[in-house]
Amino acid sequence: MLTILFDGIAYGMLLFVLACGLAVTLGLMNFVNLAHGSFAMAGGYITLILVNRNGVPFFAALPLAFVATAALGALFERTLYVHVYAKPHLDQVLFTIGLVFMSVAAVDYVMGSQQQYIQLPSMLQGQINLFGLNVGKYRLLIIVICGLLTIALQFILASTRFGSRLRAAVDDPRVASGLGIHVKGVFAVTFAVGSGLAGLGGALGAEILGLDPTFPLKFLIYFLIVVTVGGTSSITGPFLASLLLGIGDVAGKYYVPKFGAFVIYTIMIVVLIWRPQGLFARSAAR
Amino acid sequence: MAQPLTEGISHYLAGRARWHPLEIAFWLVALASIFVLPNKHLILTEIAILALFALSLDLILGYAGIISLGHAAYFGFGGYVAGLLAKHNIIAEPVLALLASGLAALILGFVTSFLVLRGSDLTRLMVTLGVSLVLREIANQVDWLTGGADGLQGVTMSPILGMFAFDIAGHVAYVYCLIVLFLLFLLARRMVNSPFGLSLLSVKGNPLRASAIGISVNGRLVAIYTVSAGFAGIAGALLTQTTQFCSLDVFSLERSADVLLALVIGGTGYLYGGIVGSVLFKLMQDYLANLTPQYWQFWIGLVLVIIVLVGRERMANWSAPVRALLSRVGPRAGRSVETARPSPADGP
Repeated sequence: MLTILFDGIAYGMLLFVLACGLAVTLGLMNFVNLAHGSFAMAGGYITLILVNRNGVPFFAALPLAFVATAALGALFERTLYVHVYAKPHLDQVLFTIGLVFMSVAAVDYVMGSQQQYIQLPSMLQGQINLFGLNVGKYRLLIIVICGLLTIALQFILASTRFGSRLRAAVDDPRVASGLGIHVKGVFAVTFAVGSGLAGLGGALGAEILGLDPTFPLKFLIYFLIVVTVGGTSSITGPFLASLLLGIGDVAGKYYVPKFGAFVIYTIMIVVLIWRPQGLFARSAAR
Repeated sequence: MAQPLTEGISHYLAGRARWHPLEIAFWLVALASIFVLPNKHLILTEIAILALFALSLDLILGYAGIISLGHAAYFGFGGYVAGLLAKHNIIAEPVLALLASGLAALILGFVTSFLVLRGSDLTRLMVTLGVSLVLREIANQVDWLTGGADGLQGVTMSPILGMFAFDIAGHVAYVYCLIVLFLLFLLARRMVNSPFGLSLLSVKGNPLRASAIGISVNGRLVAIYTVSAGFAGIAGALLTQTTQFCSLDVFSLERSADVLLALVIGGTGYLYGGIVGSVLFKLMQDYLANLTPQYWQFWIGLVLVIIVLVGRERMANWSAPVRALLSRVGPRAGRSVETARPSPADGP
């Protein structure tokens, strides 16, 4: 029971790191980025290449994956995404779906279509006894890293100058730019960091979620659930939504394996009927 | 005062509904394809099915402004119903089975339409995608009924109307699909040119104002979504009937995205967009798949990206010069077609 809860929390935290960039960019620019999973996949494959082929230590590869994906995100944002912000949602959907298809086919071409595994250092394998509970070391690592990241993100959002600019821009971009906040610049940075976090999540999650070229399509629905259930106006909403989704998914697959996949969809539909604006959204919606 | 106004309105609606010479020419070409291209009937059948599917999506996207990323849900549902009806000999006759499958998808569309009413574009995207994923999962789980991941096998079709048996070269299948497409097109055309169709456009343009002039926004959306689901179900049923097979693939996200792409290539909001787009899409897909069997999706994705970057309106208006020319050649109808064109902008 507790093990399931633990696994669920690890899974949920991972989902949060993967999806929080999407939540913020969506809230900030009202931009539907379905290609978010492609950045996560990029992070996973970068780590894979670094660790398996070049022998870079796993812990050194994680920050590299973050930086590389963030750079990739910044590049795409400046060259391609910037043209699509002002377009209707349908265009944004088409554009990002197109990017997903391209990334899936490109990774398939370069890396092959089979499932890939990152070689973990031996110290991360096996289980550890923690307060009388046997937990996987790797899952514990995920919880620790993602927990620290969440605290750091919360701190940045709540207590730094950049964070207050970002919150102002999310609340009302027009007024924020009127106050001299460079909304586009804020957005570019946020997009890059969000992509980087997705890349880090993809690198960490390769062990649990699996890594193959269809990753962006497989987890698209999870990201969307996190964002719509959690709302896009804060970081707490997506966080709680991720935990709910993670625990619900793991528990559902364990207790009712035959209907495991339905559990999250049921959660989603119930939440959307009950609170269409998201579970934790503030009432002042744009 | 009231009399001239109602007269004017009915005159306007009649003008909207008038057949343009180009439209007649279009269907004559479609008819001619039966005789001129007898060895291309297999791909033409696929095109006709995709065209019907795109037509159904156009009804909700082009006329009601609902973005769906899971329209394959109804396509697949209709396909499985048709397959099961034929496999277990419940309704052996294809045309009746087609209607039954369409009706089943229609009911599913009605039930799920209430989910689509709520929330923003993003919520709709997710709900529609969620519905198609749930159905896929159900079809996967009840493998005693659907064959699960192996697909529904052993579907054998009886002759259409008891007279025309499906042949291996697909001639009968193509004629059958083309007739169904044409009949449903007529139905859709009648619908969008009616006052109901006009009210849909107003809902799409501005739901708040539409409700202010007395249009029941939710009622219209439910109605068109339901009809559209029925159309999609019939398209799916056609696929099962002509291929005598149905697999989980019918529910896939790729299928929903493909039909969206086909519709966008042709242009949304004028019924022919889906059909023209399907022809272009299938030809492109066929060409690319011959070129690179495994990686054709990359090029499809590239086309999507380019379409958006170039501008969908500009792409969709590629036929504008032709239409302008024809409106000069044709009778007065040309002008009414021009005025009847909905404004291309479908943003907020």
